[in-house]
Amino acid sequence: MRAQRMWLALLAPLVIPALMFGGTISGKVTYTGTPAKQKPIDMGKEPSCAKQHATAVTTETVVTGPNNILENVVVYVSAGADDANAPAQAVTFTQKGCQYLPHVLAMHTGQELDVLNADQTSHNIHPLAKVNREWNKSQPPGSPPIKDKWDQPEFVEVKCNIHPWMHGWFAVMKTNHYSVTGDNGSFSLPNLPPGKYTITAWHESYGTKTADVTITGTETKTIDFSFTAKPY
Amino acid sequence: MTSLKPVHFLNGILSLALIAAFSSRAGAQDVPDVGPHPPQPLKAMESHIGNLTGHSKDAASDYRRYCAGCHGELGDGQGENTVWLDPKPRDFTMATFKCRSTPTGTLPTDEDLFNTIGRGLTNSNMPIWNTFTRQQRADLVAYIKTFSPRWEKEKPGDPIKIPAEPAVTMESISHGKYLFTKLECWKCHGPQGKGDGPSAATLTDSKDNPIRPYNFAAGKDDSRFKCGSTNEDIYKIFITGVDGTPMPSFGDVIQPNDAWDLVHFLRTLQVNRHGKENEILKAAGWKIPTYVEKQSSTNPAPANQTTGGGN
Repeated sequence: MRAQRMWLALLAPLVIPALMFGGTISGKVTYTGTPAKQKPIDMGKEPSCAKQHATAVTTETVVTGPNNILENVVVYVSAGADDANAPAQAVTFTQKGCQYLPHVLAMHTGQELDVLNADQTSHNIHPLAKVNREWNKSQPPGSPPIKDKWDQPEFVEVKCNIHPWMHGWFAVMKTNHYSVTGDNGSFSLPNLPPGKYTITAWHESYGTKTADVTITGTETKTIDFSFTAKPY
Repeated sequence: MTSLKPVHFLNGILSLALIAAFSSRAGAQDVPDVGPHPPQPLKAMESHIGNLTGHSKDAASDYRRYCAGCHGELGDGQGENTVWLDPKPRDFTMATFKCRSTPTGTLPTDEDLFNTIGRGLTNSNMPIWNTFTRQQRADLVAYIKTFSPRWEKEKPGDPIKIPAEPAVTMESISHGKYLFTKLECWKCHGPQGKGDGPSAATLTDSKDNPIRPYNFAAGKDDSRFKCGSTNEDIYKIFITGVDGTPMPSFGDVIQPNDAWDLVHFLRTLQVNRHGKENEILKAAGWKIPTYVEKQSSTNPAPANQTTGGGN
């Protein structure tokens, strides 16, 4: 024990920067096969929203980019990381043009969530939680943000019953090491101290994929996830 | 420390693996668990309604006799009658309840469940269980609480405060009409409250079953709402929301006096009902004057009394 401690003390100048900056796990998320064609959304019943969209709006259950890139995938450390505390700053979920921005919002358990209505119409925010408690609140235009937080990790489906096409997700994590893929399909999980990690990629239509990664120092490990797209 | 020869080590691993393989073959691992399962004993629960105490163990036979046909032996809403019912019976394992005095997303009080059993749910197959004694109802409330672990982990929400109802006036009806428009109640309930708003056709409950918004216009003198029939009940319904359905809580966005104005207007949508609201409206030739928004300098807390606010 004593010898180990001495070694640690000697290694500290080397180890501490690694702990501060740590390793990084990054990569891309793609799909193979043919994804389902997204359905057009008719916002005719809500003209104040319809006029905000110059181009046609579709559902967002599968959003892809060039080179088979898959967006809206939550990539997170599902095992191996310490259960860190929730960040102090709030995450924001905005209703704009009768859509959710972002479509998938990741947050930590206990982290403050602010739901904003930027539209000229009322929305009801209805997170269909099953592990956490389901609630349903009206938010007319100009209302203050609805503030909430979630206790348990869960992928919570969110909908607005007034505008049935509105559909999104809260990805409630028990870790701060998560990333949601954007239009380049890439993710990055920095600041990982040396250790063994299980990385999970979650997509609302295609389920989950996992990979085990070991970080030894300050290196960047690349792992890519590929989902099998279903045409229906 | 003695050194371990790799050969010995490997031998050990191999024999361990063999034993593991053999025992799993010989064991019941691959065979499904055939045969009846003894019923799982439910954790005993209590309910407290005033000075009544309900015990779950005393409700077992009543639940089987009167409730399980629809709500299922396991409380999952999958009784033998469920396929024929619309709306579907409540799934008690979710612990999400429509009729509460507590804010959206919280458990109801024992009294809320007690009242629901006694009142029944209009426009559904849940009858008025006025054949039960109060003790039987209290016992059933306790029994319902055995189906979800939430009842052990969470406390019911704090019941919302309902201020005394102000007098019904044409002003309150007019302001209520303004709120009905502004809060977009008509999107589902329809401009005349007939349950035919633009979003009505697409509404689904939290289990994706189609659900209809309440039709106020069908109301007669004896009409009931989902969670009661009094003005206070209407107030409660839109402040707490009807959890598990598309009806949201307006507790964060309506102030108490405004809420009463909305109640008064909603009563006028029940065109065939005899009441104070319709008398006033009839005397005015069924015309509601347009509400003119007043400039108010104070900004009282909304009916839910949340601490949040700001911009």
